[in-house]
Amino acid sequence: MTMLGKIWNWIDDRSGFSDVVMPMLEHVVPRDARWWYVFGSATLCAFIIQVLTGVALAMVYVPGGDAAYESLVYITNDATLGYLVRGMHYYGATAMVMLAVIHMTQVFLHASYKYPREMNWMSGVVLLFVVLGMAFTGQLLRWDANGVWSVMVAAEMAARVPFVGGYISQFLMGGETVGGSTLSRFFAIHVFILPGLIFAGVGLHLWLILRHGISEMPKADQPVDPETYKEQYEGRLEKTGVPFWPIAAWRDVVFSTIMVAVILGCAIFVGPPSLGPAPNPANIHANPMPDWYFWWYFAVLSMLPPELETYVILGMPILGAIGLFIVPMLSNRGHRAPSKRPWAVATVIVGATAFVVLTIYGYRKPWSPDFDVKPLPPEVVRSDDPNIQHGAVLLRDKGCLYCHNVDGFGGYRGPELSVIGDRLDRGELVIRINNGGYNMPSFASSLTAEELSQMVDFLLTRTDHPSAETEEKSSDEPPRGQQ
Amino acid sequence: MSDSPETRSPSSDEDRRGFLTKLCLGLSALIGAMITLPGVGFVLAPVFARPKQAWRKLGKLDEYEVGKTVSVEFKDTIDQPWAGVTALSGAWLRRVSENEFIAFSINCRHLGCPVNWVEDASLFMCPCHGGVYYEDGEVAAGPPPEPLARYTVRVKDGFVEIETSSVPLTTNDQV
Ligand code: FES
Repeated sequence: MTMLGKIWNWIDDRSGFSDVVMPMLEHVVPRDARWWYVFGSATLCAFIIQVLTGVALAMVYVPGGDAAYESLVYITNDATLGYLVRGMHYYGATAMVMLAVIHMTQVFLHASYKYPREMNWMSGVVLLFVVLGMAFTGQLLRWDANGVWSVMVAAEMAARVPFVGGYISQFLMGGETVGGSTLSRFFAIHVFILPGLIFAGVGLHLWLILRHGISEMPKADQPVDPETYKEQYEGRLEKTGVPFWPIAAWRDVVFSTIMVAVILGCAIFVGPPSLGPAPNPANIHANPMPDWYFWWYFAVLSMLPPELETYVILGMPILGAIGLFIVPMLSNRGHRAPSKRPWAVATVIVGATAFVVLTIYGYRKPWSPDFDVKPLPPEVVRSDDPNIQHGAVLLRDKGCLYCHNVDGFGGYRGPELSVIGDRLDRGELVIRINNGGYNMPSFASSLTAEELSQMVDFLLTRTDHPSAETEEKSSDEPPRGQQ
Repeated sequence: MSDSPETRSPSSDEDRRGFLTKLCLGLSALIGAMITLPGVGFVLAPVFARPKQAWRKLGKLDEYEVGKTVSVEFKDTIDQPWAGVTALSGAWLRRVSENEFIAFSINCRHLGCPVNWVEDASLFMCPCHGGVYYEDGEVAAGPPPEPLARYTVRVKDGFVEIETSSVPLTTNDQV
């Protein structure tokens, strides 16, 4: 026997690899466990990327309020391969969140959470929330202006918890304000507490898979009956099962290879997200925005009426977590096939649509004033009258254009003004601007009478009938409803 | 192994087991408490610390124009040297008259984003979810539930001074 063989035999004998581990790897799985089943292992693989790149980053990253930003700048710009490692950690996080959600959707659609795998699902739900916590705390560790403001937002949200909210946010901030202690706390949570929970959760999750076996593809004629399920499952496995390693595992490995290659590719060709401005909490020119997987929530928060807000901020994550957690308790028997579970399919479709729509909405941020609007160009103003021209200038200077759009220029928070001259007459416009209205501030105190009339003059030129441009709308025409 | 099974009755064996189980559980709890309590206290201490406040000089009185609203920076009460630039807080400061100043917190009362002062429109606007405030800090539009928070400002020996305070959490007053 070669030397290497001897060494391996020694290791194998003492560790029990062939005796204990191999049988686990070779446990029999249903033959039909095909490409549907690769997302769980890929999530685990993404986690491994996160651990390895995370450890690497932590060797250079300085978790202190004064130096974190500089250390990240160093990692990104100067450190050998730092750009790559940071990029991998970022795209790995994205992959982990996405794959965890896809994996869960697949399990839900196939009702694999039913007897006897209820606990597999529950441990998975806990893991999902821990992963989201990792994503969020990780974003703060970037510790640029965005990161700092995200802590502030997190603290404000936590403060909405009844009675103890103030304490929770002080705990998060490590004091009264965002400062030296804050980042260290998030660092500890991100690198010790949450990863510890993930390791434990993944251990449990994997153990449960070994204990109950991988579920079969759902068949319409095989509803789950806890009385007989295990026996039938074993019986079918005996007849048609295949060992996981390597007959079923190869697909997992192929898929994970592709995933890792994509992550590496993104890290090389796209690179890590750029760092924002330095983390000075006194800098008001920050425009806080979460990472993309939280945009939908960002959109929800800005659309809510204030009275509901606290309930949603606190209720949605908690109800969401509880709702998901108890899914197997609501029904752990009966049909698994999606064709027999229209409600489950509908839930997934509605959820996915809502996510996509809200994400797009969150990205566009139509509710936010657009501070960068340019002055209206002459071809939009379309007038030689200095009064009207000045009105157009005022429209931007007074901030109207931050929220209102004129022929493609300006923000989207308020109603568009491109044809406002058709909708409102002079008197109505004056009232509107002076008094404000639903979600529009009153400008009475910040406009002189002359400015007001110039602005109104300009707005009255915004009609569908360019010929009538400067004419005032005849007063006998009934005013149309305001938006 | 001093006692052999024959010399002891099954019931005393059970008693012994019961006692040892309790002993182990009790001691484990004690170990757990001894290990965790100091750490928990250490981590929670900032939550229960009394809020510290301090006066910070902003600048000479004559640097500020009456009627103007400007952004100012000052060091908050955190005295940890490793806070670096994150020990700074900001405020919007307006000289209302000869000797009167108002300072608004830059934190939007909705979820804490930094509000911008738009001079020409005399409005504070929030970039996050479209909160707008009038020049006196009252809510003009959007989701914020409360007016902008204010800092205390005073003029002392020809300097404008601001009193630091904690981040204005919307529900501070509920706790
Ligand atoms: S934080 Fe200002 S509007 Fe939401």
